[in-house]
Amino acid sequence: MKQKTLFLTFISIGIILISSSWYLFQPPKESLIVSTTTSLYETGLLDAIKSSFEAKYSGFNISFISQGTGKAIETAKRGDADMILVHDPGSEFTFLSEGYGVNRKIIAYNFFIIVGPKSDPAGVEGLTLLEALKKIYAQGLEGNALWVSRGDNSGTHSKEKALWKAAGLNLTRIKTEKVSGADNSWYLEAGAGMTSTLQLANQKGSYTLSDIGIFLKNSKKGNIQLKSFVEGGKEILNVYSAIVVNPQKVPQARFDKAMLFLKFLVSDEGQELFRTFGALELGQSIFKPWIPVSKTKSDPALIKWVEEYAFFNGAECPVQYRYNAGDLFS
Amino acid sequence: MIDGLTEAVRLIVTGDREIIEITIRSLQVAFLGTLMATVVGLPLGILVGMKSFKGKRVVKTVFNALIGIPTVSLGLLLYIFLSHSGPLGFLDLLYTVQGIAVGEAILVTPMIVSFVASAIESKGLLLRDLVRTLGASEFETSLAILREAYSGVSLAVISSFNRAFAELGIAMMIGANIKGVTRVLTTAIALQSAMGEIGLSLALSFILIIVVLTLNLLISFLQRGE
Repeated sequence: MKQKTLFLTFISIGIILISSSWYLFQPPKESLIVSTTTSLYETGLLDAIKSSFEAKYSGFNISFISQGTGKAIETAKRGDADMILVHDPGSEFTFLSEGYGVNRKIIAYNFFIIVGPKSDPAGVEGLTLLEALKKIYAQGLEGNALWVSRGDNSGTHSKEKALWKAAGLNLTRIKTEKVSGADNSWYLEAGAGMTSTLQLANQKGSYTLSDIGIFLKNSKKGNIQLKSFVEGGKEILNVYSAIVVNPQKVPQARFDKAMLFLKFLVSDEGQELFRTFGALELGQSIFKPWIPVSKTKSDPALIKWVEEYAFFNGAECPVQYRYNAGDLFS
Repeated sequence: MIDGLTEAVRLIVTGDREIIEITIRSLQVAFLGTLMATVVGLPLGILVGMKSFKGKRVVKTVFNALIGIPTVSLGLLLYIFLSHSGPLGFLDLLYTVQGIAVGEAILVTPMIVSFVASAIESKGLLLRDLVRTLGASEFETSLAILREAYSGVSLAVISSFNRAFAELGIAMMIGANIKGVTRVLTTAIALQSAMGEIGLSLALSFILIIVVLTLNLLISFLQRGE
């Protein structure tokens, strides 16, 4: 009996060994590691881009690591990524000026939205963005409204902090203030990705800042029943950029491969992927390609907004932060 | 719930290529990790179980405590070590299945040591003296005791496999959930639920549970044959 047991054990171990080893010893492809913001990845856009790129350059494998902007930048600084796709101009500039990044290109843009319960307990319908924030603040203190923050150091979180500041409110103080007559705060921190934050906002009946793509996706799926109140406008502009890791600072960075992918992203073909993505599934495209706008100068107001919000010293990537860029900036 | 279950059945029946790939990768990681942990942990467990030495209680307590280490903490620690700017960055284990397997091995080794030591203590100490008086060498004694403590040892190995298989923190920190490279069942579940794909993540969870259950049933069947 015992021998039969041992025999069976060996057989099952053998099966697992064989089935796993074919996998283990597959030759690795040329890999490029891109750390990226969750809002790009979780919509599914990057998997679509990956398929197109790998179809064009067979033998290439792009690995996306989906993180918040803060963590994505930290990963690249540690030498664990070759390129970043992020949406927080402030920390992008730090990344460049510390020497970690080169050849920054703006690739796409869209607008954040402020969403909340359909009943609109704070009454922000029809208000401008900053008025809406002030109203939510006042109603929050009265106990009539709640706000959920991402609270995870992502690009969306950075944007939210900047918006409170623009509305003339002090976030540090907000976090300590209690709702009148109660012991809780009206300002909640989720510490989670966009979908989880939206679901929390949905459960709690609170307002939050969201990127448009993930909001549409979750609404479509029936995961949330929130309404979008404030859309568009300069303050709420969302700009996505790609930055290549500087091989002079991080020697193991795969610069040439990262440049090849960057050139694909800014090519007509790559930009078209941004434009068409989401149209089929969500009924509208959720990322707007930036290169056509900047080339044709078709929308001067928008160009001015982007320049004010996401340019550094009048350029998307000042000359001292370029490295073997070729014709990328011409 | 029902949606998730039907989706799981559909995915398994239609043999969705990506799901199969992810499941095999999960099995492979857990298997490699358990194998490494067994190679290290089994002799250590026998040693701790058989020998009586000063500070044995402390050693056992430490191993017992290490069983409960939070996987995120261990994952974070390993990430810092394996990162390219970390001390072990040159190994190039970050973002690889082998890297995850090493992490799982470190996670479950204390479990194997502790379980094996206990099994031997409860079964083998009397036997040890008996076999020794019959003139067996140290190695032969160990083998005799192992045979006697077989069910305890296999329990240790199987529990380790299950833990490594169903673990998220290390797989996420070291593997980073890269599609087609390091995505395993648990990280895929985390991503799908973060993407709001509740049905698909439920389906993946069911697959995970089915695999664990099947393995355990197989094992208990084997043990009954003893």
